[in-house]
Amino acid sequence: MGRTVGTSAPRKEGVDKVTGAARYVDDLVMDGMIHGVTVRSRVAHGRITGIRFDPGFPWDEIVVVTAADIPGRNMVTMIEEDQPFLAADLIKHPEEPVVLLAHADRDLVIEAAKHVHIEVEELPAIFSIDDGLAADVRLFKDDNVLKRFLIEKGDVDAAFAEPGLVVVEGEYETGAQEQLYLEAMGMIAVAAPGKGVTVWGSLQCPYYVHKALKPLFGLGDGEVRVIQAVTGGGFGGKEEYPSLIAGHAALLSWKAGGVPVKVIYDRAEDMVATTKRHPSRTRIRTAVKPDGELVAMDVVFDIDGGAYATLSAVVLSRGAIHAAGPYRCPNSRIHARAVATNHPPHGAFRGFGAPQSCFAYERHMERVAEAVGLSSVAIRRKNLLGPGDLTATSQVVEDQIDFPALLDQALEASDFEAKRAAFAKHNADPASHTRKGIGVATFYHGGGFTGSGEVHLASVVGVEALRGGRARVLAASTEIGQGTNTIFSQIASDALGVPYEWVEVAAPDTGRVPNSGPTVASRTCMVVGKLVQDAAGAVVTTLRKAGLLGEEHTPEQLAAAVDSYLERFGELRTFSQYKPPAGIVWDDKTYRGAAYAAYGWAAYVAEVEVDLVTYEPHLRGFWAVQDIGTVINPLLAAGQVEGGVTQAIGWALFEEVRWREGRMINNQLTNYIIPTAADVPPIHVAFAPVPFAHGPSGAKGVGELPMDGPAPAIVNAIEDALGIDVRRVPALPEVVMEAVLAKRAAAGEVQHV
Amino acid sequence: MSDAEARAERLAVTFTVNGVEKTVETLPMKRLLDVLREDLALTGTKEGCGEGECGACSVFVDGRLVNSCLIPALQVEGSRVDTIEGLARGGELHAVQRAFLEAGGAQCGICTPGMVLAAVDVLRKHPNPTDEQVREGLAGNLCRCTGYMKIFDSVMTAALAIASRDGEGAA
Ligand code: FES
Ligand code: FES
Repeated sequence: MGRTVGTSAPRKEGVDKVTGAARYVDDLVMDGMIHGVTVRSRVAHGRITGIRFDPGFPWDEIVVVTAADIPGRNMVTMIEEDQPFLAADLIKHPEEPVVLLAHADRDLVIEAAKHVHIEVEELPAIFSIDDGLAADVRLFKDDNVLKRFLIEKGDVDAAFAEPGLVVVEGEYETGAQEQLYLEAMGMIAVAAPGKGVTVWGSLQCPYYVHKALKPLFGLGDGEVRVIQAVTGGGFGGKEEYPSLIAGHAALLSWKAGGVPVKVIYDRAEDMVATTKRHPSRTRIRTAVKPDGELVAMDVVFDIDGGAYATLSAVVLSRGAIHAAGPYRCPNSRIHARAVATNHPPHGAFRGFGAPQSCFAYERHMERVAEAVGLSSVAIRRKNLLGPGDLTATSQVVEDQIDFPALLDQALEASDFEAKRAAFAKHNADPASHTRKGIGVATFYHGGGFTGSGEVHLASVVGVEALRGGRARVLAASTEIGQGTNTIFSQIASDALGVPYEWVEVAAPDTGRVPNSGPTVASRTCMVVGKLVQDAAGAVVTTLRKAGLLGEEHTPEQLAAAVDSYLERFGELRTFSQYKPPAGIVWDDKTYRGAAYAAYGWAAYVAEVEVDLVTYEPHLRGFWAVQDIGTVINPLLAAGQVEGGVTQAIGWALFEEVRWREGRMINNQLTNYIIPTAADVPPIHVAFAPVPFAHGPSGAKGVGELPMDGPAPAIVNAIEDALGIDVRRVPALPEVVMEAVLAKRAAAGEVQHV
Repeated sequence: MSDAEARAERLAVTFTVNGVEKTVETLPMKRLLDVLREDLALTGTKEGCGEGECGACSVFVDGRLVNSCLIPALQVEGSRVDTIEGLARGGELHAVQRAFLEAGGAQCGICTPGMVLAAVDVLRKHPNPTDEQVREGLAGNLCRCTGYMKIFDSVMTAALAIASRDGEGAA
């Protein structure tokens, strides 16, 4: 029988999705269910002095919850414990939840929310990285630094002092970005004293929610159950915030005596209140030999963490580790800080800090190239990492990649050199009303949790053999559109030697599946997929040991063997737990060593045409070539790349979060613009697989990589088109126009308005 | 407001849904989206934005593709409404649904019901669509997962399948 790994097996839950049968949380209805809403502070920083309920409203009919009703600890358990489920006293951002209301009539409860007034004595608030660092307003410890990392290699100061080097400096900024999964967040909870807490919802990480709910109610492991409903996209946005919503829905149900409570955010609430990509600022100073060889890099990478620590430390860590780029550089120093402000907390979003630092280093490489008179391609080719080289954390590159060849593949596919020449001609023609350009970015992305993270997670996966050789994968890893159900089934069916159709994946439910860790960090295929393979393999081994199966077997023989095993022993479940590959050494104190077990490597090319009247950059083509190890499912993998590239196109060109006093003011799809079918260029995806010894059948991760490179590739193309040096995204038309005008002014040209 | 008063404001609206006539008692300004999802338990129609921007709530009203979040219930009195639930006939998937499975047009699936109906609409207007016609026809339906490439492929795959089936039928 044929192997399914490597084929585009059809999406497991595909039929339910194309027929509308798939049940998302808002599609679920329970007997007696009532609707919950959240009343938030509207002030960025202050102290609650009172909560006023308008008289004359039928409050006796409405379930009302405040911090005083919380049976356990009012703290969301994440990395640091600093964020309350409901603010009791201090308000630190303008979307802080304070009061919860519920009623059977949804319109009535929405109306009720308008009759609750949170009285706040305002305090001065801060909204920028610099104001955070100035620490005139204290939000976190003495200095507002939520987390700091220093990653050092070689001797940076001595290297900069060497004679004969060219020094290049630059500062780069990236804006916040909304995940904009098309299904807004929501939860249903049933909770009552003595009965425990059960929640169903739109989420990425069932065991994170589980961990957060236990202390909120003072309950034990078995008394809290978290079940994932079909989830309409996550991209990191449903990693952490679902814990809050689950807590809110459960608090309402608890107060209401155990009736089911549904809390569904509408688009505006989801956009304004939940986490976004961290805004960033990166300062880079580089010393390079006149021939283009990198000698030293000094990087200061700062992100705006928002009002609470939440996941900022780990976002910062990933952004910092990637900040020196996929380049050989003997001396590097990366100083990274996550800074507290009065914005709602920023959080996980595909790429997790790496797109921010990648934008900076890939724009900066253009400056380095310019300084030594090399082309965009030549400067990269000269410095790309290869096997045996050291990364910024002094990790030896083990992947047997040929990065220059991968770059060549992208250049050839896009006809890069010929286009650069042709576009230069087009741009010099006084009759043309557009400017064309083509740009490249080379980058990498580590798969799995950072450093010792996977060891601490110690993820577990189970496989249950069923009658007739059918099998069920037991894991908490969630399907959020990326294809978990499908690839797990492919991996397990190959390991069992049965058809793809014989395998199913259990719905993530903390009452039924082991903790395979969170669905984040491009770890689901590479790390959890490997556990699926091992657990499925253990089924076969068990059957062999029981003398029921020979060295080789057909699916039918396996089915017969399982049937006799079940006859004899009742059940057959095997489990596999994560063990780090040998030789993976990491030091949390010095931040040195193997930051990730493996990396994805990529070269992306963007082609743009800029309209000289509107200054709108139009993408004409995009080429994405990458090594993600063995490709388990080419159709799904290409879909991941295309989707990631498109989100990054949005971040690069359209998606601007506009703030006023710490609140997002364009929290609607009418004024927060994401790419439509009319905006995307043809995206050409190619894989250059180098199998990874410790991944399932040689696979690595794919989810985040495609978010990293497009923004700099696009802005590099804009530079090629217009000769302008844009140092921030989104590169909105007004940003491009300003840069063009500034360039003309600098050149002493007469301005035509 | 008492329950009786609330009921008094309600209105009986009769329309055909997926070929079956239905009457619902509803507030006249209730969104068609909510009538479908709540009163008729047809939850295949999704809400992505509630303001006419995303197309997740797309349905056909008298053959015209509309955003059901923008249509008040009373407006469909006497109309024919077709939703995603009515597309597969007799347990057999529509060619567009099959193409979405084959070409990877659905990821998280939340945009998919609306996107499938928009694709059906494109192919009704342009059985042999150009790239441009597909892009334009789908520009009112947002997808955050796929980057649209596989959705375009799905529409083209469906066009071919429909053409070859019709060809066979004619032969
Ligand atoms: S929900 Fe109707 S267009 Fe978005
Ligand atoms: S498949 Fe997720 S929004 Fe389109």
